[in-house]
Amino acid sequence: MIIFVCISNVPDTTTRIKYKPGNKEVDYTGVQWIINPWDELALTRAIELKEANPALVEKVTVISVGKAEAEPTIRKALAIGADEAIRVDMVPEDAYTTAAQLAEALKGEPIGLILSGVESSDYNSWSVGGMLAELMDIPSVSAVSSLNFDNNGVVVTREIEGGKQTLNTTTPAVLIVQKGIAIIPRIPSMRGIMTARTKPLRVVPGVAIDPLVKVLDYQAPPQKSTCRMIDPENIEELVDLLHREARVI
Amino acid sequence: MIQQAARDYAQRELIQDVIERDTHSIYPAKHVKALAELGFMGMMVSPEYDGAGMDTISYVLAIEELSKIDASTSVIMSVNNSLVCYGIEHFGTEEQKQKYLRPLARGEKIGAFLLSEPEAGSDATSQRTTAEDKGDHYLLNGTKNWITNGNTASTYLVIAQTHPEKGHKGINVLIVDRGSAGISVGPHEDKMGMRSSDTHSVMFTDVKVPKENRIGEDGFGFVFAMKTLEGGRIGIAAQALGLASGALERSIKYAQERKAFGKELAKHQSIAFKIAEMAIKVENARNLCLKAAWLKDQGKPYGYASAMAKYYAAEAAMWITTEAVQIHGGYGYVKEYHVERLMREAKLTQIYEGTSEIQKIIISRELLHVH
Repeated sequence: MIIFVCISNVPDTTTRIKYKPGNKEVDYTGVQWIINPWDELALTRAIELKEANPALVEKVTVISVGKAEAEPTIRKALAIGADEAIRVDMVPEDAYTTAAQLAEALKGEPIGLILSGVESSDYNSWSVGGMLAELMDIPSVSAVSSLNFDNNGVVVTREIEGGKQTLNTTTPAVLIVQKGIAIIPRIPSMRGIMTARTKPLRVVPGVAIDPLVKVLDYQAPPQKSTCRMIDPENIEELVDLLHREARVI
Repeated sequence: MIQQAARDYAQRELIQDVIERDTHSIYPAKHVKALAELGFMGMMVSPEYDGAGMDTISYVLAIEELSKIDASTSVIMSVNNSLVCYGIEHFGTEEQKQKYLRPLARGEKIGAFLLSEPEAGSDATSQRTTAEDKGDHYLLNGTKNWITNGNTASTYLVIAQTHPEKGHKGINVLIVDRGSAGISVGPHEDKMGMRSSDTHSVMFTDVKVPKENRIGEDGFGFVFAMKTLEGGRIGIAAQALGLASGALERSIKYAQERKAFGKELAKHQSIAFKIAEMAIKVENARNLCLKAAWLKDQGKPYGYASAMAKYYAAEAAMWITTEAVQIHGGYGYVKEYHVERLMREAKLTQIYEGTSEIQKIIISRELLHVH
């Protein structure tokens, strides 16, 4: 079986997001790019499964929609341990175009499992995995926090309200994975970094698809209000401020 | 990507329990093993001998990132890489490389470099340890001091005098198995900083070392030590750089969070200017380290550049970490905020692998042609 892992190229989680004038586009100047943290965990689990079941998992392939600027992130995925990569040469405009580009590129591929992070840390649309399964007409399982193999095939555990649910799934399938799928994202080894340079990275053209989302406006969240320190002896002032200013009592 | 890998490991893993390791002088065994698995313990050794085949620039970047968090761990890596592995790979025989270099490069075994003595530190020519020529073997006697990895190392590179009448031209370097009969290791040194690195004195009493374990020709030991230390200095310079840049990063963060007199520290010019001066020194130190590394990678002479990098980075680290404690005020003086530990660790970078004074001797001799 081949496990495909969808990789989103996102700004580092500590990036200070700025917008271009007009607030309709994000200003990516000077941004450090990383593998979307959920995708990194998915990749880590895929590699662990390949190492533990070499007879079952033939290879791990990462796939990403993006222009050439995304290649350092894709090479990092190869350094972490993916065997090969596919880059769909298109700008990912919204969740639908991303899913549609992935579906098109994966058409005809010998798919065992497709792992997709539950969300990307930039646009948080929570949509690509589900859309991809629908477009490819294969089953999907959401909120997957554990993935294993047993005699019955693929065993996944889902987080549900008040507990967990374990089930088997047929293949091919899309698994939409969340935290818990792997504990710590794997750090590339020196050997991994060296071999990543020569691992196959296939670039495939994208297809013309209109996005379904039109952005009207971006807004930065309001700045955190400052903390006011009250002398612990001065309870009266604290009560007064909570009542008069904060209006919570 | 190598810098990022080292940074990820340091910020996610190495930072855990770093204060406890420092307080109780606990050897970071778990981290040495993990760094070995990632390939850091022999990162500059050729893949032919199970190393990662990285260049010195990558090595500087990795050491800097690890040292921002824990210099005790980075010195274990530095000694193994730039003194022990480098020495055997560049001057050892094929048999020595097969037998000793491979496990060191994989990090399965750790090496130590035994040069300093109770009465021979900077003055390395005054070796009292003797390696008496007994035909098919050497008989090793003497005491070595301040040995990083002294107790955990399996492979020692020992500098010892064979022909006292020849002075420094009579010195040899021997590869000695830690398990050899006649070796005893002194207690763990209770140090001011770098407390979790494993520093010991090592005593040799009639230790038999096979002749084939000598590196180079008879009398090559002093040249070996000087050549190897030229590269070692880049590792320690990078470590000092990491202490400096780590203290700078923590100071920037603290200055943006902490308020005094109604505004953030960052908005007080006295603090902002300190941060600017720290950044200038970090940048200068980094440039000197990278230049020395680049010269080494290009196969050009780098002893002068590495002495300058080590001197400047160590002095900068001492100043920057001290100022970082000052910026943090009372919080800087307690362990939780890390900067006091960085300050204690910075002090050692001015002392080991050539004191700042020795670096000035090397630099000035080069300029004045006085040897």
